[in-house]
Amino acid sequence: MDTTVANTGTEGKTWGGGNQPLKASYGKMMMWFFIVSDALTFSGFLAAYGFSRFKFIGSWPIADEVFTHVPFFHGNYPMIYVAFMTFILIMSSVTMVLAVDAGHHMNKAKVTFYMFLTIIGGLIFVGSQAWEWGTFIKGDYGAVQTNGGNILQFVDTEGHRVAISDIAIANPDSRVQHQDKNGLWFVNEGTLPSYTVDEVYKGLEANPNVLVRTQMLTEEGEKTVLSREESLKQLKENGKIVVEGANLHVNEYGTSLFADFFFFITGFHGFHVFSGVVINIIIFFNVILGTYERRGSYEMVEKVGLYWHFVDLVWVFVFTFFYLV
Amino acid sequence: MAHAHKLEILRGLIKFKSNTQKIWGVLILLSIVTAVEVILGIYKPESLMVKVIGMKLLNWIFIILTIVKAYYITWDFMHMRDETKALRRMVVWTAVFLICYLVFILLQEGGYIEGVYSEGFVKRDF
Repeated sequence: MDTTVANTGTEGKTWGGGNQPLKASYGKMMMWFFIVSDALTFSGFLAAYGFSRFKFIGSWPIADEVFTHVPFFHGNYPMIYVAFMTFILIMSSVTMVLAVDAGHHMNKAKVTFYMFLTIIGGLIFVGSQAWEWGTFIKGDYGAVQTNGGNILQFVDTEGHRVAISDIAIANPDSRVQHQDKNGLWFVNEGTLPSYTVDEVYKGLEANPNVLVRTQMLTEEGEKTVLSREESLKQLKENGKIVVEGANLHVNEYGTSLFADFFFFITGFHGFHVFSGVVINIIIFFNVILGTYERRGSYEMVEKVGLYWHFVDLVWVFVFTFFYLV
Repeated sequence: MAHAHKLEILRGLIKFKSNTQKIWGVLILLSIVTAVEVILGIYKPESLMVKVIGMKLLNWIFIILTIVKAYYITWDFMHMRDETKALRRMVVWTAVFLICYLVFILLQEGGYIEGVYSEGFVKRDF
């Protein structure tokens, strides 16, 4: 029977079998390989975002003008809130790595405490992201979309944004939303914008110091502001619908692709954070119940830690490509 | 296993006494990098607006700082520094190669389409 066993002459060598050349357990190694594949998924999304952005490089929205809000504060604070979110996520990564470190020392109380802080950090981040989405969906100043799908925004002569609600002259005769209870019962339509294009046009006529701003970027990287006559002409000839906020169809901040990618990529990341929090909670209870104490190793904390750091790692890139670049 | 941590960062420029201390040190480093990014993002210095290889210098700085942050998160928080060379290369080289490839192709193509749009090689208002 000896002859059926192939003798390769590599026994005892690193890759000869039977030993662990990577010195990592199966679970940890698989977590790493999962992370590689997930990283490729995210880079696919971000590269697609870059593709669309390069395609419309001359008219892409300026992130500093889109994300300007901070909860409980009025005014224009670009970047501040998202920097806070980034810091929260890095901070929760730190508490996670401290939990892993405490696990190496088999210190159950410390692992419990740091896991708890990590979960809190994750929840703050997911909550912040929900708020950010809410603000983005609700919109700021409103805009008019043209027949060609471009966005016309309004500014005063100094270049400050003007909200459509500030200039539009409401017409009492404008139509109301069709609902199935007061019309055809099998037909329904979504919420109508607060104003019609006509009402906005009348408002623009009545406010001589308001101008139209297009999506197009100038040489200096600012949005093009049209002259007064050009503004009136553009709105009259090309204005199609009033847009307030952003969703998957329309986007008051500029090209609707921007909103689509924002929802898709930050949504997918937010989903990762959410599932990370859920997994962290499960591990947290296992720690409290003493599962890993009995097992004699806190390696499970290390594995979820890897996932949690990966979520942080992805956010670092999302932050750069959505908010900075 | 991973109990023996390598405790120096920046090629031995900074050495930490314990793993916990290293974690806080890396946090400070990451916070400084993020703060620099945010400050540059808010003020957008005019001198960094020059184009270098098809992109603004400021954007290159952002991307490089991001990669620096990614390096420290992976190496120190995810303990890549303490893994064997083989595991490190399997994970990092695979990802870096495929991502560079993908990004190059898509950005190249996006830039080409932009050129077609703006230079009017395709007429659609006939």
